[in-house]
Amino acid sequence: MKLHPILAALRKHKAGTVLIALQIALTLAIVCNAVFIIGQRVERVNRPTGLDESNLFLVSQQWVGAPSADNADGVEKLDAMQREDLAALRQLPGVAAVAPTNSLPLLNSSWTGSVSHKPGADLGGKGDIRTAYYFTDEQALSTLGLRLVAGRNFNAGDVQHQGFRDQRDRPVAIISKALADKLFPDGNAVGKVMYSDGSNAPTTIIGVVARLQIPSIGSWGSSFAWYSTLIPTRLDGGFARYAVRTKPGQLDAVMRAVAPALYKVTPMRVLDDDSVKPFSEIRAKAYRADIGMAVLMGVICLILLCVTAAGIVGLTSFWVGQRHRQIGVRRALGARKIDILHYFQIENLLIAGVGVVLGVVLAVGLNMWLMTHYEMTRIPLLYVVTGVLAMLAIGQGAVFVPARRASNVPPVEATRAA
Amino acid sequence: MFSYYLELALRSLRRSPGLTLLMVLTIGFGVAASMTSWSVFRAVSGDPIPWKSSKLFVPQIDNWGPKGRSSDGEPPNAMDYADAIALMRDHRAKRQSAMYQISPSIVPAQADKHPFNVSGHVVYGEFFPMLDVPFKYGSGWSADDDTNRAMVAVISSKLNQKLFGGVSSVGKTVNIEGKDYRVVGVLDDWNPQPRFYDVVNTGGFSTTGDDVFLPFLTAIQEAMSNDGNTNCNEVPKESGFVGLQHSECVWVAYMAELDDVAAATAYRNYLNDYARAQQQAGRFGWAPNSRLRDLPAWLDSQHVVPSDTRVSLLVALGLLLVCLVNTVGLLLAKFLRRSGEIGVRRALGAPRAAIYSQFLTEAGIVGAAGGVLGLLLTVAGVASVGWVLPKDIAALARLDVSLLLLTMLVAVVATMLAGLYPTFRASRVQPAWQLKSN
Repeated sequence: MKLHPILAALRKHKAGTVLIALQIALTLAIVCNAVFIIGQRVERVNRPTGLDESNLFLVSQQWVGAPSADNADGVEKLDAMQREDLAALRQLPGVAAVAPTNSLPLLNSSWTGSVSHKPGADLGGKGDIRTAYYFTDEQALSTLGLRLVAGRNFNAGDVQHQGFRDQRDRPVAIISKALADKLFPDGNAVGKVMYSDGSNAPTTIIGVVARLQIPSIGSWGSSFAWYSTLIPTRLDGGFARYAVRTKPGQLDAVMRAVAPALYKVTPMRVLDDDSVKPFSEIRAKAYRADIGMAVLMGVICLILLCVTAAGIVGLTSFWVGQRHRQIGVRRALGARKIDILHYFQIENLLIAGVGVVLGVVLAVGLNMWLMTHYEMTRIPLLYVVTGVLAMLAIGQGAVFVPARRASNVPPVEATRAA
Repeated sequence: MFSYYLELALRSLRRSPGLTLLMVLTIGFGVAASMTSWSVFRAVSGDPIPWKSSKLFVPQIDNWGPKGRSSDGEPPNAMDYADAIALMRDHRAKRQSAMYQISPSIVPAQADKHPFNVSGHVVYGEFFPMLDVPFKYGSGWSADDDTNRAMVAVISSKLNQKLFGGVSSVGKTVNIEGKDYRVVGVLDDWNPQPRFYDVVNTGGFSTTGDDVFLPFLTAIQEAMSNDGNTNCNEVPKESGFVGLQHSECVWVAYMAELDDVAAATAYRNYLNDYARAQQQAGRFGWAPNSRLRDLPAWLDSQHVVPSDTRVSLLVALGLLLVCLVNTVGLLLAKFLRRSGEIGVRRALGAPRAAIYSQFLTEAGIVGAAGGVLGLLLTVAGVASVGWVLPKDIAALARLDVSLLLLTMLVAVVATMLAGLYPTFRASRVQPAWQLKSN
């Protein structure tokens, strides 16, 4: 098949050709970037927190008229109240483990600071590493389902308590593997010391857990998303959170039993519908915006591809109609059906080829523009290549029906008036 | 003449129902996608207090110095306690209020009801007139109440409904965090989005409004601690809530009302003078780096509009563009298919203008039909953003007459624009050539 007659014919349909090529280019540019956004969001949503998320729920509660956490006496009273609550929860049937905690991964409420090799370092200064703290106790690892990869777990003797705004020395900590590797690239973090929040008192790393995400999923926390530090300290304030792991299959039953059990300890507290939440709900809430964005981009891509395919069908049908007589002539002169079919397929391939070349330029340009204005990363080549192949395939798919109709034009058309 | 073109257009559209349907669907989906994302964007980027936003200002004082600044040299986006109190004491703006977010418990008077949690803000009395907060019963509190640390409260109508069954509770007491406060005012429905007076702590959008407002100094006296962000550049030297008040940690929001440019300039100078005085006193080891932004600029600087919303709108507009390119192609095919008819009309004496009118009418009809479909799809789209977007954002997207009119307008105008080039081509058809070849 020679290209020359196709090109010559296209020159007669400049406007239509340019429009289809332009449409393919724009579609490719938008779809590539939209699918890239979808890919990023799906990857984000699917990354594991490091917790064993099933059979885990969180209780957030607040005491009414609680003693002040600003004086030592009040802190002791608050701690006694917290220990009573923990004991009550640990006694519930179906409960496997309970740990107090100031937050959980994906909860978006965090206490962040920094750790350093040197004592007395500036907060946020050079050389120190940002981290998010989980203040908890010796049941943290079993409750959260964290996997210890080196060192030992906390024991009851490690656990301290403090007012929630106080600063207290932190003799021991368990850190996430990511933080351990960052602090001590040579390995063997266990037994080494670090200094947290510019303190002069050393913190000995007694254990390393495989993975633990920080509470924040916002962009401000993305630079230290896996740098978590567990401190064996109960925080005492008017407000407390308890993470509860149930025995398999008992999540609902235990969740229902929480409010009555805690009200029995003391009724003067706030425990409303939001107070007892399974971890699955925390996860769903955290990633709702990402899933929504992915769905939205998916819907827009689908509409775009349908519109573009329909546009190709429409314009090609028009061309086929317009060239009925010429097709008849070609058939009468000996062209086979397959030749006519190929003619339209190659014509579409040429137009789509120009379109995707322009589209690749637009896609990369759009991606670069999004990178400077919004939080986007460079689009991987794979997305662009897939997009190009998909657009060419859609073009061929869309052209097939009108092209086959063209190939079915009988040679006798040549003898009829146009 | 118009009715004749209308009839011609309808006849022509009926002749190729497939192509017509394709165009209507294209326009409908394109318009609906852009209008749905526009409704969300409009909701989150709207001015929460349009009649006054240019007179409301947020001051920032650089109490952290060069090491605490972000990469663009911005000082902290909230204030520490000492600066907030000093600015309130100096009282240089027409009205002003320092504020922070609280999340206290409310103990119902009925013994059988459990305590519950509300969110709120502690503010100065000037907060209410400054922001034109509407009252259903009573009013805000006075400056004397502020200085005397009066145990007074303003509550939302929702909380008033829950605690007092909706009748005026002015003068009655409400138990907040175990202490009795006298209700002085009940708000009318007031839940501005974004929560412009404190975007730093609320993140901008929230499905639930503030239910209680208490005097700032009263809350400090009662040690009612803040619920929201506390950012520190160093560990506070003293412990507890009092330690926080003595620290350089930032956690207090601030807003001032300044009536004109002169007042704003004067206030800006005042902020710099204040910072310079702190420098001279040895507290700041750096030159003043203050900011004073009016509300729209402040909301912009805090990136209140989620970037997802902007990107969605952009992508949806891209979709509309593709739909229009597609429509140009389809209209071109449709119009040029009738070259013979155009040739006859032109040969019989129709001027180019008549051809323009005829084909633009046809494009307009396609646009109107696409607009009707677009309306239906926009209604469906706005109704379904609730299960796609976060609740606090989705709840803001609303259908109203202006959105529906805009949908229709965009559909018709866009299609007629798309029809310009095909119509131009149609008007260039050479009558002689067409007549001969037939």
